[in-house]
Amino acid sequence: MTTARTGATLVPELVEGSPTTVRRAHRPAAEPTLFRFATAGSVDDGKSTLVGRLLHDSKAILADQLEQVARTSADRGFAHGEFDFALLTDGLRAEREQGITIDVAYRYFSTGTRSFILADCPGHVQYTRNMVTGATTADAVIVLIDGRKGVLEQTRRHLAVVALLRVPHVIVAVNKIDLLGFSEDAYSAVAAQVRSVTADLGIEDLHVLPVSALEGDNIVERSARTPWYDGPALLELLESLPAQVSRYAPPSLLDNPLSRYAPSSLPDNRTLEPFRLPVQLVLRPQGGLSPELAADAAAVERLRDYRAVAGRVASGSVRVGDPVEIFPTGLRTSVTGIQIAGADADEAVAPQSVALQFADEVDAARGALVVAADTLPPGRREADVELFQLDARTLTGGARVLVKHGTATVQAIVTQIESRYDLDALVHTPVDALQTNDIGRARLRLAAELPLEPYRSSRHGGSFLVIHPSDGATLAAGIVRG
Amino acid sequence: MSETITHALPEHAHPAPPHTHPAPELVEGSTTTLRQAQRPDGAQSAPLSTLDLLEAEAIHVIREVVAEFERPVLLFSGGKDSVVVLHLATKAFAPGRVPFPVMHVDTGHNFPEVLAFRDETVARLGVKLEVARVQDYIDDGRLSERADGTRNPLQTLPLLDAIANGRHDAVFGGARRDEDKARAKERIISLRDEFGQWDPRNQRPELWSLYNGRHTPGQHVRAFPISNWTELDVWRYIEREGIPLPPLYFAHEREIYSRDGMWRPVGEFSPPSAGERVEVRTVRYRTVGDMSCTGAVESNAADLAAIVAEVAVSTLTERGATRADDRLSEAAMEDRKKDGYF
Repeated sequence: MTTARTGATLVPELVEGSPTTVRRAHRPAAEPTLFRFATAGSVDDGKSTLVGRLLHDSKAILADQLEQVARTSADRGFAHGEFDFALLTDGLRAEREQGITIDVAYRYFSTGTRSFILADCPGHVQYTRNMVTGATTADAVIVLIDGRKGVLEQTRRHLAVVALLRVPHVIVAVNKIDLLGFSEDAYSAVAAQVRSVTADLGIEDLHVLPVSALEGDNIVERSARTPWYDGPALLELLESLPAQVSRYAPPSLLDNPLSRYAPSSLPDNRTLEPFRLPVQLVLRPQGGLSPELAADAAAVERLRDYRAVAGRVASGSVRVGDPVEIFPTGLRTSVTGIQIAGADADEAVAPQSVALQFADEVDAARGALVVAADTLPPGRREADVELFQLDARTLTGGARVLVKHGTATVQAIVTQIESRYDLDALVHTPVDALQTNDIGRARLRLAAELPLEPYRSSRHGGSFLVIHPSDGATLAAGIVRG
Repeated sequence: MSETITHALPEHAHPAPPHTHPAPELVEGSTTTLRQAQRPDGAQSAPLSTLDLLEAEAIHVIREVVAEFERPVLLFSGGKDSVVVLHLATKAFAPGRVPFPVMHVDTGHNFPEVLAFRDETVARLGVKLEVARVQDYIDDGRLSERADGTRNPLQTLPLLDAIANGRHDAVFGGARRDEDKARAKERIISLRDEFGQWDPRNQRPELWSLYNGRHTPGQHVRAFPISNWTELDVWRYIEREGIPLPPLYFAHEREIYSRDGMWRPVGEFSPPSAGERVEVRTVRYRTVGDMSCTGAVESNAADLAAIVAEVAVSTLTERGATRADDRLSEAAMEDRKKDGYF
């Protein structure tokens, strides 16, 4: 780039073949959809190289960033023209100095049809904490394996976390296929190991593929050097897997040549999930209308009694006229108005941020849950849970904590720690305390009823934070068993 | 922590009230809107776009902070990112007004157009403006001018004082993770100690969409609702929503000179040195900040569509292209953030 040194100049003549669009534009220029994925694995598996390769080949790395990486790479003794891709994700001084990735880093790139949010989860330090962080919001997790080593303990751990947190799509990239001579047999042996582990773990939506992150095989384009592999390249897969949030897509939108690689890409039953809206706050502007509306006498009259509950739809959908019930009161009313981001709408779906007006003045403050009529979850004061211990402190039976579930925060006691999940043997062993990075079963007693639902059937209804009551630290992530 | 802990909620299963309203007659034009939702044939058939999802996430974050904190404030520079956050706040609380003030950390080196825009915007939206002035600190000796004349790093102390004086327990900012490697590690809700410091190695994990903003007295949080937006997302959203911006963002003719590989504006606070040749070129700004360290880019993009097209093909990051202060070192942003910068 000459521009960086002679006065920053944007170059409109480069318009064709926009660098943020990697792939041929044979599809209609629809609004891009969003897909969140996480990568797990260690530097040794080539994860930084994979991330760097994805970003580089999708032109998400701009000239000045590349220049900085090239300069630092050269300082560190990399050969001319070679990049230490880890420098792109190791954003902190301590990370660069120690050559390790400490914390999850978020990266962004787009292929024209999809925008991607990549949570790059380091494997070595605090691996559970980082994996859990990445996996709780991801539509897919890529677990990277060094094809020469096959499934290691770390791979099993990553896959176990991914399975427990029910990440919708699991991709296992068998890397360094170039060092295996692009051998189908070698790949098949590793793939069989992977399938055996994922079957034990109950992972359903699994995609295994051979890649060379270093040389780019099956990353953006399908490689001619793996003719025996007839599946999609990694980026194709990422573009075609259904995102949680685009599951409302009509069949016509899914009718693209890639959808055959995504067996679960039919509009699934998420829309059949019952409507759930945790109430964040009540909107009751009264005298405090926005100046624009306050200047409009008709609007002032119309909005005199405006009252709505605001929140983000956690699952399902709601239409004007729908009957709803409210936890914890059990009161029933119906929806008379919906506003999405301030604009009137007939219907709202997850995960839109909305305001709902009701036919009746029902008690629904922060912490309440609005649900489709006749789907009110039972309130629970006791829960059997799986905890992911993230804090450095030990969690023992009897601990007084706070539980944050949806928009409700209640006091709780960890009545008992039952067992610790041995991620290597995949068995539960009895313990009475959880150490950092442990995953274990526990029993909670709550000071107030919460509408806890099994995580298996509801990602939002079955997830919660365990918080230290005095310093406010997040001690553990929790999911409801059952 | 200001959030109320629910000790005991009433038992449910109260008798259901009778259904009085069949409801549909209220649907039309009954409420708030500034415009109809952009969903031609219902959400079931239209997948939500990236912008719809980013908007939903940002509004969720803004409402969480307002619900859980006593005295939030929004850092508002008149730059596009803070303008977008303020716009999102108007949507989050429509038809009411934005329920928190905005704060401008005034370096004293502002573009006059941006100050005018700032004042128009707060008047239009009916929000209160708090100003923290770097100049006051320089005048009374609490801060001293840097040799390079750049005042961006000087903003931290006035900012922290203003947060403390306003007893603000939550501070919204328009920072995005795609701006910088250190910001890529930032949380959406991020704790600051009583010195305003960011401890990047000891951040709370961010799980599902459950934000933990609990803090002890003296601590506050920074909240970044558009963390997951890219520069292009911001511009596409501004275009979609028709959000007003300071005129600097659009191509205009300006007297400029080249320094350190950037086009600097000729102005009261950024005079050319001897030997720096002043010329008139058609430029625009990709970021708007302190006049002394913000560079322009040559561009003919005079409207939002042209800017979106230009940003989509840009080969430089906005900070790399236009911020002298971020070129100081590889960890320039990290170091400033640790000290309490936004």
